[in-house]
Amino acid sequence: MSSEMYEHMRANPKFQRLVARRTRFAWTLTFIVLGMFYGFVLVVAFKPAILGRPIVQGSMLTIGVAVELFMFIFFWVLTAVYVRRANGEFDELTQEIIKDAWKENP
Amino acid sequence: MRGLTRFGTALGLLGTSLLAHAGPALDGIQQKQPTNWHAITMFCLFVALTMGITYWAASRTKSTADFYTAGGGITGFQNGLAIAGDYMSAATLLGLSAMVYGQGYDGYIYMLAFFAGWPIILFLMAERLRNLGRFTFSDITAYRLDQGKVRTMAAISSLTVVCFYLLAQMVGAGQLIKLLFGLEYKIAIFVVGLLMMFYVIFGGMVATTWVQIIKACMLLIGGTLVMVLAMSQFGFSYHTLVEKATAVHKLGPKLMYPGSLLSDPVTAISLGLGLMFGTAGLPHILMRFFTVTNAKEARKSVLYASGFVSYFFNVIFLIGLTGIIIVGQNGSFFEGGKIGGKLIGGGNMVAMHLAKAVGGNMLLGFLAAVAFATILAVVSGLALAGASAISHDLYARVIMKGKASETTEIKVSKVATICLGFVAIVLGILFEKQNIAFMVGLAFGVAAAANFPVLILSMYWKGLTTRGALWGGYGGLISAFLFVLFSKSVWVDVIGYKAPLFPYTQPALFAMPIAFGLAYLFSKLDGSDRAKAEIEAFEDQYVRGQTGFGASGAGKH
Repeated sequence: MSSEMYEHMRANPKFQRLVARRTRFAWTLTFIVLGMFYGFVLVVAFKPAILGRPIVQGSMLTIGVAVELFMFIFFWVLTAVYVRRANGEFDELTQEIIKDAWKENP
Repeated sequence: MRGLTRFGTALGLLGTSLLAHAGPALDGIQQKQPTNWHAITMFCLFVALTMGITYWAASRTKSTADFYTAGGGITGFQNGLAIAGDYMSAATLLGLSAMVYGQGYDGYIYMLAFFAGWPIILFLMAERLRNLGRFTFSDITAYRLDQGKVRTMAAISSLTVVCFYLLAQMVGAGQLIKLLFGLEYKIAIFVVGLLMMFYVIFGGMVATTWVQIIKACMLLIGGTLVMVLAMSQFGFSYHTLVEKATAVHKLGPKLMYPGSLLSDPVTAISLGLGLMFGTAGLPHILMRFFTVTNAKEARKSVLYASGFVSYFFNVIFLIGLTGIIIVGQNGSFFEGGKIGGKLIGGGNMVAMHLAKAVGGNMLLGFLAAVAFATILAVVSGLALAGASAISHDLYARVIMKGKASETTEIKVSKVATICLGFVAIVLGILFEKQNIAFMVGLAFGVAAAANFPVLILSMYWKGLTTRGALWGGYGGLISAFLFVLFSKSVWVDVIGYKAPLFPYTQPALFAMPIAFGLAYLFSKLDGSDRAKAEIEAFEDQYVRGQTGFGASGAGKH
């Protein structure tokens, strides 16, 4: 019975839409995080001196600290962006898909 | 080279939990401290409170779902705090602040590596974990594969991770408590072991979660208080702080440069992979995703958890920097009063000394109690994860083939908890004087190479078959184990050979491709009818993973 339900859901174009959108969204964010993080690791490994420079002459704030603080905040903002869209748009679509499947398969 | 060694051992140090057994920091600090009554009083208050909660939780722990996952009734916010609690440990507070104190900016880089895994766990894993799993992560890997074989494999690697981690925790706990509370090592081990059994056996996941939540709040409050009091001495100016710190630190302006810690790219990347994907393969962390009502709450818990973790890491960075001046320039914190000599109690005591300097004995006592509570909370989570691998995976599904009654299953997990507790106590005492730094590294390595690849493939790759999963899982387990065994941290430091057979301390970069490669190869080579059925069954699993339809519902808590 639940296998039939899954069959109905899979055939629903909304399901395809949900999967396509969410997959694209999740992987885009993943690549942003991985790209920034491993890019940073490579700078640490190969060009560490850049990170020790002050952001402006005479400041005690170095580029390294500023970049990292930015990543701490930015990565967290990305999680918030994902949760917002997934708990709103994606979950609504999911509910519709389940409702449609119940209708077709009472 | 010493930087690298410490870098390796530090992986463990920070891990999802504990503590300060790592590397040079705790060496040679075996002397007992005078009994610290402030700390003991505050710790007793914590224990009394959590005992009360356990008593309350016991009345709500009747079914297996209550026991393993608190009936799925934990909210996203509560679970977020609990996950943050699992992640922010005595090691984070003590080890990372000491790292900033000693190496400056390197410590901050390290913290980012610890944090960066969380967004990935959210984007790729959180909702599928919740939609597909029930009690343990092997519910997901075994979803469409051979229950008996795959669960046995997952239980073996889970128990490997749990046992090494637990042992490392126990030994670290004994040493830390001896230091902070002035209690005997053996007494400390017994106290931790018995309290852990008490929480888990009577309160199950409900009590374990609440212990973790209370401790996370204490840690956040204690850390913030120390940071604010310390920063007030610099007029809350980061500029003044760094100016003074670079002026007095032996590294000088290099304090704010990346140092020796991450100079080797292979180690840096391997460590990054190990931290990121090891976290995503730790059974006691994965289990947390089954305690919430639905995927929505699972996502929220990661949002809250990563917010707290990210905040706390920045607090620790400031604690470490202020420590350079407030602790590092105060002779009374050094042995023999010699500034720049050896810190009383060892290198990991920076945060504790800072608490005393800015808040007196009360704050020191509070922070010490927090450290003890932290260890207790983490070992409880580990014990519960280990017990569920034994009772849910091995007993109920493999031995009884799903025919065990709930009552006996819970009974088995309680007996398993008692056994794990006594194993932890006995090994903790036996290993008191051993160098156990490699154990947490091993736990992370196995989690990243044995648990994670099979788990992620089973969620994302249609073509995974039982044969592939077994090869990938056992291959990852064995290769991670051998890489650690042949690395410097065991082959040279523990066994005593002159040169390591494997040049790197971090196994993840090498063991993970082996696991993925074997899983892929043997799935592709598997032409059996069973394999075809398994591949077909992916379709239903996929729809459930995406929609959550059919996922185990929430309890009524």
